[in-house]
Amino acid sequence: MNANTPTGINSDAPPHGELSDVAAQAVVTVEGVDKIFNRSKANQVDALTDVTLTVATGEFVSLIGPSGCGKSTLLRLIADLSQPTAGTIRVNGKPAHQARLDLDYGMAFQQAGLFDWRTVKRNVELPLELRGWDRARRAARSAEMLELVKLSDFANHYPWELSGGMQQRVAIARALAMDPALLLMDEPFGALDEMTREHMQAELMQICAATGKTTIFVTHSIPEAVYLSNRVVVMSPRPGQITKTVDVDLGVRDEDARETSTFFTKITEVREALRAIETASPLGRGIEDR
Amino acid sequence: MTSTTSADAATGARISATSVARARQALLGVVGLLLVGAVWQLVKWSGGGDRKIGSISTDDASMPGLPAIWKAFAQEDVRGQGRTVFGAVLAGGWFSFRLAVAGFLVAFAFGFVLALFMQKVRIAEQAWVPYVVLSQTVPLIALAPLIAGWGGSLRIGSFEWKPWMSATGMAGYLAFFPITIGALKGLKSPKAQAVELMDTYAASWWQTVVKLRLPASIPFLVPALKLGAAQAVVGSIVAEISIGLKGGIGRLIIDYFQKASGDPSRVFTAFIGAAALGLVVAGFVAVAELILTRHLPNALAGQSA
Repeated sequence: MNANTPTGINSDAPPHGELSDVAAQAVVTVEGVDKIFNRSKANQVDALTDVTLTVATGEFVSLIGPSGCGKSTLLRLIADLSQPTAGTIRVNGKPAHQARLDLDYGMAFQQAGLFDWRTVKRNVELPLELRGWDRARRAARSAEMLELVKLSDFANHYPWELSGGMQQRVAIARALAMDPALLLMDEPFGALDEMTREHMQAELMQICAATGKTTIFVTHSIPEAVYLSNRVVVMSPRPGQITKTVDVDLGVRDEDARETSTFFTKITEVREALRAIETASPLGRGIEDR
Repeated sequence: MTSTTSADAATGARISATSVARARQALLGVVGLLLVGAVWQLVKWSGGGDRKIGSISTDDASMPGLPAIWKAFAQEDVRGQGRTVFGAVLAGGWFSFRLAVAGFLVAFAFGFVLALFMQKVRIAEQAWVPYVVLSQTVPLIALAPLIAGWGGSLRIGSFEWKPWMSATGMAGYLAFFPITIGALKGLKSPKAQAVELMDTYAASWWQTVVKLRLPASIPFLVPALKLGAAQAVVGSIVAEISIGLKGGIGRLIIDYFQKASGDPSRVFTAFIGAAALGLVVAGFVAVAELILTRHLPNALAGQSA
């Protein structure tokens, strides 16, 4: 953890115990995972087949692919919101289920999903309340998180008084409140307009740099995936599989990074990987090429 | 900071806009009442005392004038004891009010626990909701003698079932239906994503209820409570009449009806008392609504209007 990390890190989390170096390096390991919905029924869907993925500490990995490729399903399996039909998933060296109970990850969804009856501050404090933190400790942490997402002035406002982008920033602050090792994001900027979206991407980069979080990010947008990620994982539908992994090294990810030749080269690379899927399957649609 | 102040101003404007709307609503309510009174009196006068207008009889027995009703309030109560009719209506209203409130609270507690259970155990919802609906098709009048009969023979240790408890039970019986259905709908209202968010925090069922389902249920619960409160008032008055419980406004209506040939305006004093009782209860619920929905955006608070 670096010097910028918030204080009081993982003070509620149990000790991680004995871990091998390799396991300690990998925040998420997905091995040979299958997910089948409605098994042995007429409407059986093979959502994921033999998916293997390792995400190392501090890495930013995007999952991209056409609708129905299982990228959100994979994220939900890592979050233990759904269980794999076969294979194993470990988060922080523990089974996904234990990791969820230990709050090893924070999640942000496409809809900010803030509670209307709570102020911004109290929305961020929700996970802390659930863990029985006292008022002073909650207030200190929520203030810290709101500063991180630059919403300190709006602490006492209600969510419906905020714009969509601001609401999503509150949702990110809430996901980070328990200081989890891992941030899972399911198309968090999908509902935002393009200008807000680019702004949010830059903010997210700053947040990740400041906190050193490991992030798995599901998206439909190629430029978004390339701009944000160290690694773009391209997935194909029916059955959901990883078809290609594109490593991205943009150096410092500021606004200028969007105009570098590496950025455009990588966008082309991802686009071609997706196009290969489209040619192979007529169902491969739903990618934003902007 | 500018955006903060503008948002503050917007909040302020929203609040004053709603209070203006409320004042307007109250004013319109008073105007409406005056209008009904005026029409009543107009029909009475145009009838000239004992003639009929169409099939409407305007004589004093079927249609006492407002001044007569007003005067009746000041008369001595039929049962003597030096009490005025106004005093009797007030005392009867207070008695019935307590019956209705007790019935409402019983219905709220029972209905809410039932709704919680049905939310948690889905099969219970499928098994019971039809019966909750069916229960309301049995007329209260038919149940009244049964409940009074069972209650009369009930004695557990030093606890003795009192007749007012039967009336409260009947008021609760009417009120529990809208409360149960409204609470169930409200507890089930959070979106799947909100429930999953609580799962990502490994929140227990009870934590999810307290932090998510309960607050989310308020826009559904408030209209249900309004209906339930009105039902509790009706239930308590009907129960008084059907089991012959003394002391309340229901009993007063019966007493005054029996003396109606002497002075019909008295019956109307009891009617007005019953209506006022309904208004008072509705007022309490409205205050509760204000408190419960003060943190909700207009769109949500509006659902309960």
